[in-house]
Amino acid sequence: MSQVSSGTGRDLRLVGLHKTYPNGFTAVHDLDLVVPQGSFFALLGPSGCGKTTTLRMVAGLETPTAGTISIGESEITATKPYNRPVNTVFQNYALFPHLSIAENVEFGLKRRKVYDSGKQVKEILALTELEEQANKRPGQLSGGQQQRVALARAIVNRPEVLLLDEPLGALDLKLRRAMQVELKRIQEEVGITFVHVTHDQEEAMSMADTVAVMNQGVIEQLGSPYDLYTNPHTTFVANFLGRSNLIKGTVVGREGTGDDAVVKVDMHGTIASIKASKVHTDSKDGWLGIRPEKVLIQPEGTAIDAPGSSIPGCVVTDASYLGVSTDYTVRMPWGQEIICFEQNTGRRGGLIPVGTKVDVSWRPEFAFLLDASQDAGAGRQED
Amino acid sequence: MIATARKRTGYLLILPAAVWLAIFFVVPFYSLLATSLFDPEGSVLTGYDVTWHFANYWDALSEYGTVMLRSLWYAAIATFFCLILGYLLSYAIAFKAGRWKTVMLVLVIAPFFTSFLIRTLAWKMILADDGFVVNALQAVHFLGDDGRLLATPVAVVAGLTYNFLPFMILPLYTSLEKMDPKLNEAAADLYANPFTRFWKVTWPLSLPGVVGGTLLTFIPAAGDYINAELLGSPNERMVGNVIQSLFTTQGNYALAGALSVSLMVIIVTMVLVYVRRAGTEELL
Repeated sequence: MSQVSSGTGRDLRLVGLHKTYPNGFTAVHDLDLVVPQGSFFALLGPSGCGKTTTLRMVAGLETPTAGTISIGESEITATKPYNRPVNTVFQNYALFPHLSIAENVEFGLKRRKVYDSGKQVKEILALTELEEQANKRPGQLSGGQQQRVALARAIVNRPEVLLLDEPLGALDLKLRRAMQVELKRIQEEVGITFVHVTHDQEEAMSMADTVAVMNQGVIEQLGSPYDLYTNPHTTFVANFLGRSNLIKGTVVGREGTGDDAVVKVDMHGTIASIKASKVHTDSKDGWLGIRPEKVLIQPEGTAIDAPGSSIPGCVVTDASYLGVSTDYTVRMPWGQEIICFEQNTGRRGGLIPVGTKVDVSWRPEFAFLLDASQDAGAGRQED
Repeated sequence: MIATARKRTGYLLILPAAVWLAIFFVVPFYSLLATSLFDPEGSVLTGYDVTWHFANYWDALSEYGTVMLRSLWYAAIATFFCLILGYLLSYAIAFKAGRWKTVMLVLVIAPFFTSFLIRTLAWKMILADDGFVVNALQAVHFLGDDGRLLATPVAVVAGLTYNFLPFMILPLYTSLEKMDPKLNEAAADLYANPFTRFWKVTWPLSLPGVVGGTLLTFIPAAGDYINAELLGSPNERMVGNVIQSLFTTQGNYALAGALSVSLMVIIVTMVLVYVRRAGTEELL
């Protein structure tokens, strides 16, 4: 949140937002959130985490059980959806099938009786490269074009906040990547606050200034993609955003002060130092986390490129070669298997064969320590 | 080769229906056309000849023009009421019924388990002079003390409305039900209030159902004679009653034929104009 200047006055503010459905299911639990004006904000989480419900409450399509929603000084919690300065890009676009593309885009302007709507429609169709499709019906367009119509139909109204509900979910991978770049470009061009809901962590990270990771109706952690990835606070975030190796450890002591403070962790007999700013537990036990690409391995007896101690006696049990990188599975001396992604820079001149004994290490500044009471498998995605 | 084989399959599939229609529609229709051009002087004794007597049409329309107009008028009012009642009900079933959806649809179709004739006779009881409807209307002075419903246009139109309502509801329900509820949300999100949402989104998207339903109601209602026969008096006679009586009791085949063909031509013309204007040619 720190990189985005706040205080321009028209931030989207959710306070104590709560939603319990009549069947007793609580989708959103006491949520507090500030989305700075003009930022590209992503709500990231697995399906059922409450991100879409949150979005629908902001749009006015769902009534909160408790809490308030405001934009700047104006509270809109009870405002009808058609009176809110908010527009939505729906998951499957929800384009009006009986209207042409131009009529779809003009729909909101006409309802508000904007007098030069024709000109504005033209401009937005140009921005989204849809001029040639203006007189076609939605059914005649490809998925990517329909996606752009949905976007054009919303931003033509110049809302204060644009809500995007899994807007790229229906597109194939290649188109999705192209549209991510496109969305980012359009957001920078129009300067509207974007709140983007997605379950695709790569999508969230590549576009958003700030990402809020949601799980079971609460925000687990909020921050820039870089902060979230390098310093996750919970096992859920560590596993949901990329992958993590979580190794059981016991805190044995602290050293240093200020920025240099480190926590010493005994990890099955090896002492690892973790920066105090990356320690997120008060208890004695914890999960030591390290990202797979930060794990370094080297066949026994050769020097390893990391300061401090390394763990000897590990064995490569699997290697899958992916071209740009190789995924190794390594069995640690205490039996746990960890993963290690290695860029194929050519430095090694080949792969490490399965069964090779290796030393494992990592730079201490990359490790983080999480609370041992959390489930080490939380947020892990099946793949 | 494959293409021609596929084409042949298509023809084979329509063959049974085509044969059926040829025997039971094309041939009778041709016979009806011929009948409408009989010499009106013909009788069972002297026999009937096709004399291309087009004056039959003139006679039929000049003599029974008012009956014809009345039929179209009654059918139109009944269709209008069916549309109002049917739209409300279909909307409720499609969007608000929840788990009662199936039950409500079965209830819409349930009357078909009883004969059309019996149901219309039941209406005769309901609207009878000493029935509770008339009594109630008299009690609130909506009807005079000797006022009645039976043998009035009200009874005939009410009967038509009742009998053809399911034919309105089913196509309306089908077109409303397949509407994506997200479209309504999208319209709400795009500054449309509930009223505008209905007229700009729901109504246009339900037009195929509206057109289908009004056709399925209007066409049989215009040719109906049971309701006028059982619930009306000679003053409410519809063209169906006249045709029936000309054919079966008066033996005036030429005039009956001319009237039948006229009714058909009028309805087909109206339907074509209507469908054109509604912009739903794909229904035809």
